[in-house]
Amino acid sequence: MAIDIGQFVQTFFDESLEGLDIMEAGLLALPPGAADLEKINTIFRAAHSIKGGSGTFGFSEVTNFTHAMETLLDKMREGRLVVTSEAVNTLLESVDCLREMLVSLREQAAIDETQAENLRARLLRLLEQKETATSQATKAEKPSAPSPPPPSPETTDWRIEFLPHAQLMHSGNDPVRIFRELSTLGKLAVRADYHRLPRLADMNPEDCYLSWELELRGDASREAVAEVFAWVEDECDLRIEPLAGPAAPETQASTPSAAPETQASSEETHQGELVLERRKSNDRRKGDRRASAAADSGSIRVNIDKVDAVINLVGELVTTQSMLSALGTDFEMNRLDKLHEALDQLDRNTRDLQEHVMRIRMLPVSSVFSRFARIVHDVGGKLGKQVELIINGEQTEIDKTVIEKIGDPLVHLVRNSLDHGLEPPEERIQQGKPETGNIMLDAYHKSGSIFIEVGDDGRGLDRDALLRKGLENGLLKPGEDYSDEQIYELIFHPGLSTAKQISDVSGRGVGMDVVRRNIQDVGGNIQIASERGRGTKITICLPLTLAILDGQLVTIGQDCYIIPLLSIIESVQARNEMVNRVAGKNEVLRFRGEHLPILRLYELFGAQGAQTDLEKGLLVVVEADGRQVGLFVDDLLGQQQISIKSLEKNFRRVPGVAGATILGDGRVGLILDISGLIRINHAI
Amino acid sequence: METRTTDLAPVGKRNPQREAVVENLQYLTFNLAGESYGVDILKVQEIRGWVPVTKVPNAPVFVRGVMNLRGAIVPVVDLRLRFGLESVEYTKITVVIVVTVHAEQGDRIIGMVVDGVSDVLNINNAADIKEAPNFGAAASTEFINGLVALDSGMVMLLDVDRLLSVEEMFSLETMRSSSSQAMAHAS
Repeated sequence: MAIDIGQFVQTFFDESLEGLDIMEAGLLALPPGAADLEKINTIFRAAHSIKGGSGTFGFSEVTNFTHAMETLLDKMREGRLVVTSEAVNTLLESVDCLREMLVSLREQAAIDETQAENLRARLLRLLEQKETATSQATKAEKPSAPSPPPPSPETTDWRIEFLPHAQLMHSGNDPVRIFRELSTLGKLAVRADYHRLPRLADMNPEDCYLSWELELRGDASREAVAEVFAWVEDECDLRIEPLAGPAAPETQASTPSAAPETQASSEETHQGELVLERRKSNDRRKGDRRASAAADSGSIRVNIDKVDAVINLVGELVTTQSMLSALGTDFEMNRLDKLHEALDQLDRNTRDLQEHVMRIRMLPVSSVFSRFARIVHDVGGKLGKQVELIINGEQTEIDKTVIEKIGDPLVHLVRNSLDHGLEPPEERIQQGKPETGNIMLDAYHKSGSIFIEVGDDGRGLDRDALLRKGLENGLLKPGEDYSDEQIYELIFHPGLSTAKQISDVSGRGVGMDVVRRNIQDVGGNIQIASERGRGTKITICLPLTLAILDGQLVTIGQDCYIIPLLSIIESVQARNEMVNRVAGKNEVLRFRGEHLPILRLYELFGAQGAQTDLEKGLLVVVEADGRQVGLFVDDLLGQQQISIKSLEKNFRRVPGVAGATILGDGRVGLILDISGLIRINHAI
Repeated sequence: METRTTDLAPVGKRNPQREAVVENLQYLTFNLAGESYGVDILKVQEIRGWVPVTKVPNAPVFVRGVMNLRGAIVPVVDLRLRFGLESVEYTKITVVIVVTVHAEQGDRIIGMVVDGVSDVLNINNAADIKEAPNFGAAASTEFINGLVALDSGMVMLLDVDRLLSVEEMFSLETMRSSSSQAMAHAS
């Protein structure tokens, strides 16, 4: 009944990386000096799970490394070691190192062993120093002399009684495997006890009737031994006790005579904890098993409430369906009302279901925000700036794909704020600001979009320097009046971004064009507000979800296109006197005091039989990237919720088209790429 | 489907000239402007009647548009136009053969419009497939894997991976100074 352990490896990586995040967050929240037991426990548990998992999968490098971390944490937890910022920083570095190791392992690449070894040595040194320091105070401690193998308070030979329950093998556990694992810890002697074996006729071949008595000689710690049995602890009676013999070193109990009894009971409780912990993770593993079958395609952890909601809705949908089919079997015209009613219900059900299914893909933005505590801690420390990170709305939910895409741009923005936005403490005091600078992260929903704000109370953008630079580069024309937005917009310009000359905002624009492109890729846009001396706020506006959008159907000739409803400002009917030609070519519409470029879509798309008279068609005013353009179409049709399908999968990218969808009549409709069209319009 | 796709690879890579192994090869044959063509049956996903498609702006002329194949967006290529033949009006027997086209980016599903489907051709001996003669510049044989002579005439076996390669279709189109350039001048 061997099970393929490979299928759990992905789960292990997922959980371990998650565990590392927990450790990181916990470490950052750990105030030096004070031993916050609850927090240390959380960190310890995460480390422990990683260690256990890596042991199971045979990633011994990870096991050894985590073991060192765990020992250190254990000491902290027991109050035998003071939490210093040095220790926290070392642990943070270890978390990074461990993360790299795990990623390397997942990609089956080589592990940077020297780095791991260095860090481990540092951990051990930390352990040694502190422990000798404290053990001088408390004499009860055994004078430890940690050797290269992970130090452990109780290393000895063990006698193990292993009495599996009959169902042990039902859960896929195999004693032989356990023994094999044990034999790696030292010299193992196994005695099987088969008096429980029934007569052959009464025997259930899948049950386990044997029990074992094992003797393990070697430098194994109790934890190491218990670890081997961790998976079966709730399916067997297990007793691990030191072998009475000359080799057994003294244990931590100060009264050796009373040892066997008291020690056994303390072990029991200790082991009890272990079992509980294990069982939890076991349950989670079972739950995840199916979900992670498609290992590499990425998995998502969904709140059970969301799934229940979907199941409820499917129930309603089934009811509606049976109602409709009952109506359909013997339909008469006098029951038309009923039919309409049922169809309305179906419509409602479908929408609800769609909404809830989409919600499964949504993750709280905290998964991105959480990493900023670390960045602010590290970068702030490096720059010698005192920074407080204020996070709001981290429970706001965003589509998983969007979250993955905005992570890096946000990091960039936060780094910029730290590096160039916030002033050093002296300068802040001079300016009459509090010494500690603030970085604000905020996420919220507004009018069908998600807004993420990154703000600081630093020096703000230097409008004049930017204006000067813009004029130099010919991006702005002298003598014209530019709004603040137009000038701030310059920092997104790739040409400006590499320029380091702008004194106050030097480097602020580095990569900002990339940031903007990433945001645009997921259909969002980005805006800047800044006040000199008061700070800068960058607002990112993102669509709620990528897969479904509200679309406005428009016709161009015989073809039907879809404009995302969110980008439509309004639709207007042009009159000839409102239209001007700039340089005899580009048409603009004078509209509410603004000049709106007109884009004749039929020309761009080469459509046949389309309306060419501006007065007879309609102009749909759309906006993207802060620019507006009037799209000339024949007519507006209805609005529809559309799911976006890839045109690239079987074909290729088409300029001006964002994707395709299936319309109500089963035909394909193409979705217009508004920011793409605006770019095309600019290029012409 | 699974088993079909796994079988597909060796057949697709076959070099008909060198291998004389007795094996059962099957080709779906169809008519196009009076000629008979064959396509490896393992490449064929399904055969559908012609339904109006949605035009794709600035695509090459022979790409008639995209259709909805059970939720997937599939481009439809008119083979007559692809070969530079004159187009005809689509009738009741005009069919779309949906084929899987192997490309670097992954397999694509593409529909091709042909005049009509004829038969399934069994070739028991790979040696029956003859190399296409070189017509020089007069005719392009690069999409032809080989020829099979039958009593009723000759069947040209098509290499759909090349014929319907999206990259090739577009490079061809730019050579002909296409509508995609016209688009840049449009406004």
